[in-house]
Amino acid sequence: MSLLRVQNLSVSFPTPNGRVNVVDDLSFDLGQERLGIVGESGSGKSMTGRAILRLIRAPGRVSGSVIFDGTELTGLSQRQMRAIRGAKISMIMQDPRYSLNPVMNVGAQIEEALSTHERLPRRAMKQRVRDMLEAVRINDPDRVAGMYAHELSGGMGQRVMIAMMLIPRPRLLIADEPTSALDVSVQGDVLRLIDDLVRDNGMGLILISHDLSLVARYCDRILVMNAGRVVESCAASALEHASHPYTRGLLAAVPQMHETRAELPVMDRSQWAGT
Amino acid sequence: MGRHMNAIALKDVDIGYDGTRVVEGVTFTVSKGESFALVGESGSGKSTVLKAICGLAPEWTGDIELLGQPGSHTPNQSLARRCQMVFQDPYGSLHPRKTVDAVLSEPLAIHGLSDRDARVEKVLRDVGLDRRFRFRYPHQMSGGQRQRVAIARALILGPEVMLLDEPTSALDVSVQAEILNLLKRLRRERGLTYLMVTHNLPVVSFLCERMAVMNKGRIVEIAPARTLHDGAFKDPYAQALYAASRSVGRTRDA
Repeated sequence: MSLLRVQNLSVSFPTPNGRVNVVDDLSFDLGQERLGIVGESGSGKSMTGRAILRLIRAPGRVSGSVIFDGTELTGLSQRQMRAIRGAKISMIMQDPRYSLNPVMNVGAQIEEALSTHERLPRRAMKQRVRDMLEAVRINDPDRVAGMYAHELSGGMGQRVMIAMMLIPRPRLLIADEPTSALDVSVQGDVLRLIDDLVRDNGMGLILISHDLSLVARYCDRILVMNAGRVVESCAASALEHASHPYTRGLLAAVPQMHETRAELPVMDRSQWAGT
Repeated sequence: MGRHMNAIALKDVDIGYDGTRVVEGVTFTVSKGESFALVGESGSGKSTVLKAICGLAPEWTGDIELLGQPGSHTPNQSLARRCQMVFQDPYGSLHPRKTVDAVLSEPLAIHGLSDRDARVEKVLRDVGLDRRFRFRYPHQMSGGQRQRVAIARALILGPEVMLLDEPTSALDVSVQAEILNLLKRLRRERGLTYLMVTHNLPVVSFLCERMAVMNKGRIVEIAPARTLHDGAFKDPYAQALYAASRSVGRTRDA
């Protein structure tokens, strides 16, 4: 049985010209694997991640079915959903500077993430926090636990976020652009860290990104989204042989390190909404 | 003669904010018509160098020469006309309550240029925007269209030097490709000099001839952009930055 089964998922928002589906009839299955969702802004990739966790607020509307580990999430009450969020399905957001609490030290924030879902003796709790900080490769966990968000670099902040998200030992991790706010030199470290933790704990991963080659590197399977729909679904290793014109267009548009082209190919946008 | 071939020349420039020195001993030259990149991570001081050149970071010492004139510690109107800047985020750099027409007419008014209507029409054509965009507001346009407006705003004064601060990093890859092509074409057509700040090495490979790698406020290496083809950097930090950029954005074994 798959860990997550999404069927006919649609997310719509009202516009002056009627409701528009920003996610349009999306279906996929996820096992204990790493799935990448790629697309440009407005393709619906982040909305898909949010819809799974039921984080879409009115006037947005969600329809379809999301079955996680045998449970239909769309029918759950908010109270039941809270028991799922964090504990079973976790989400890492883009920028640690905006997602960490600025007036709470790092240790307390990680501890809160755990104590919300598990009752543990105080000493065991501290130990779990310490172990988790070590697991995200923070060398001096006791010192870092006492620090505040503004004292952390981007890479450290994202490690702390990962620690917070993984400490309740969720089964599925949704990472929405987890490294776009980071410098290249730390991007690789953070992605490898997520990768290792996900594999070691036998979790499922949904990696949402606009960066095709990054997703190809860290995922097993890829969904390419455009205008709310999946235009291509393939094994990450087969990305170079992608057949859909949109995917090919995206691949070709990226400048290369050893660039020799006089001009980059651009996509014909006439078939979808203007530039 | 030789010195006038340089559009931009910096010699031993230190730059600070409120007494804290953030850039130290920066020396480089950009020839007329050249496209030069400053690369480095956040906090390396690369944007600060751009700001000092156009007078927006007043606390600097050393020698800055821009188009044959000594650099100024405040924004300078006569230099502004010849040296324009394009900022990273087109969502932040355009006035939300001014139409494209107003944004483009303002520099013309400031510099007392006539024939505004024709100039606005022409610059919109040059950056590939349809005439119907002329009376739109920024929120009625996409990120790529806004960045075209930002480029048009810089271009309308007919500058010789363009300072580009991460001009495509807020854009999607397909839009980035369009803007990079546009910048390349404009440079070719008008013989512009570019000084571009970026953290994206492949963009340097596409658009620039030389690059300076910055780390912690200093330039650690100046190399031709061709060095990106084989990664033969001499400085250890430049090598590390190159290796990190390769490993993140690369498909397996590709």
